[in-house]
Amino acid sequence: MWETIQSNKRKSAAMIVLLASVLMLLGYAIGAAINPSAGVLGVLVAMVIWVVLTLTAFSAGEKVLLASAGAREVKHQDAPQLFNLVEEMKIASGLPAMPRVFIMDSDVPNAFAVGLKPERAAVAVTTGLLARLNRDELQGVIAHELGHIANRDTLFMTLAGVMVGAIIILADVFMRSLWYRGGSRRSSSKGGGQAQAIMALVAIVVAILAPLLAQILYFACSRKREYLADASAAQFTRYPDGLASALEKISAVKPGALKVNKAVSPMFIVNPLAAAGSGGSLFSTHPPTADRIRVLRGMGKNASLAAYEEAFRSAHKGSGLIGARDLTGSVEGESRVAAAAAANPAAQWRSARDLMQQVNRFVVLPCACGLKIKLPPDFKGTSLDCPRCGTRHEVPLAELAAASVALEAAGKK
Amino acid sequence: MAWILLGLVVLLVLWYIGIYNSLISLRNQVKNAWSQIDVQLKRRHDLIPNLVETAKGYVKHERDTLENITKARATAMQASGAAAAGKAEGELSSAISKFMLVVENYPDLKANQNFLALQEELASTENKVGFSRQFYNDAVLRFNTKTETFPSNIVANMFAFKKSEFFEVQVAAEREAPKVQF
Repeated sequence: MWETIQSNKRKSAAMIVLLASVLMLLGYAIGAAINPSAGVLGVLVAMVIWVVLTLTAFSAGEKVLLASAGAREVKHQDAPQLFNLVEEMKIASGLPAMPRVFIMDSDVPNAFAVGLKPERAAVAVTTGLLARLNRDELQGVIAHELGHIANRDTLFMTLAGVMVGAIIILADVFMRSLWYRGGSRRSSSKGGGQAQAIMALVAIVVAILAPLLAQILYFACSRKREYLADASAAQFTRYPDGLASALEKISAVKPGALKVNKAVSPMFIVNPLAAAGSGGSLFSTHPPTADRIRVLRGMGKNASLAAYEEAFRSAHKGSGLIGARDLTGSVEGESRVAAAAAANPAAQWRSARDLMQQVNRFVVLPCACGLKIKLPPDFKGTSLDCPRCGTRHEVPLAELAAASVALEAAGKK
Repeated sequence: MAWILLGLVVLLVLWYIGIYNSLISLRNQVKNAWSQIDVQLKRRHDLIPNLVETAKGYVKHERDTLENITKARATAMQASGAAAAGKAEGELSSAISKFMLVVENYPDLKANQNFLALQEELASTENKVGFSRQFYNDAVLRFNTKTETFPSNIVANMFAFKKSEFFEVQVAAEREAPKVQF
């Protein structure tokens, strides 16, 4: 694993440098197009945009991403199994600290990881995921997410994403300003402006191509990192079939969009913005799910990185993923056997929903007929009828108030 | 000419330092991984009295099975060194998995909330022992490979870096994942 991280770091650095050069080139071309001597100024403007975006991304960080996805933190006593699974994978991946664990209230099965540093990572899963997967499958998904953190994808994709964002903004502002300036310049430009006209043309071409190129590069990288995280997951769990079967279950569900920040979408187990199983285009953060399943299923008895590489090769007509040099540090690993027994689907749905309601501090109002009415802390009204037997209940206002206070305190932490 | 020689010597020293440092960091990884196994084994030892206490009232006819667990735990807590600990912990694991099979015959125990929670904790701790052992063995393999292969073996021999012991599992049953129902 360590060798892979090293080679990842080198390749990532090369890619960041490449993106930075594209950004500088774009800045220069735009500067020179406006005024032949302003090329360097253009580079400076490009750098300022980049620095501002980077600072915003790094200062906002995990908290904003988690909050915007509506994630709520859970502790061991709330969700023992989920918490244990994260701890198991933390051990297997050798991460330096226990990631924080979050759940999101959504029927769409998905999961993501954030954390620019491995010491301050977090994993979030949806209730839809908890309700559908068994222990082995959930373990595979968590392992994939911790794989993203261990391979430093979280940091790298943020850095690259900011760079791509700066390129898009710069190109966009320039193209808009062309429409705006177009009229006024026609009157002032005379014969001497021919060189500048050529420069303007060059700048337009660069402004059209640079964002495209940057995005293609970014998405290609993101897809490659998905495969790598799958390979890491297989190595951590020694059970590639767990993740494969999780991906099968996830892609069988009718896709629905999650309310997420675009910048985090490379960190999800499957693309949260697109239809499941689709993708495979140049502008997709994730490889086609069916293809990932085929590679994982092709690993057979061995769960090492080398086995993943081999399965990847045979699924992609001989083209490799990791490269032979980086496999020298790879460790042999025999797959283990399935551990989890078949679960009771209805009970699993109920417990996933109960967990979310517990974390959201719902107040339980037991009715004489046996039904437990659950009220959200922001429930309005003073009384309600039991939906099953129709008995009128007084709403426990004090409890609701206490629940809202507790909920707010949990959100601020 | 002298400058070229000097340059070569400097390069050689730098390369040497690099190898030495990577050996040290690999050895530290092995040490960390070992302490991680220790933490998990200790947690498992701590869970067992609880389990025995909870189960005692329900499984009156399985006194032997429970006693075996308690005995295996006591042996495992006294074992020292990777090889001896591996053997004792392997026996403890098989004692626990035997008990988990027996539990199938006691529906009352299986319905006990306290026992269910303990079962998840025990199964997970079992996994954590397994994963920390996996990580430890991976670290040992990386370290040993580095001390044996050329050219880093030269540096390793000079500073007497010793190969580390693998954490082997002695009992065949332990190779399989714990058969615990969820």
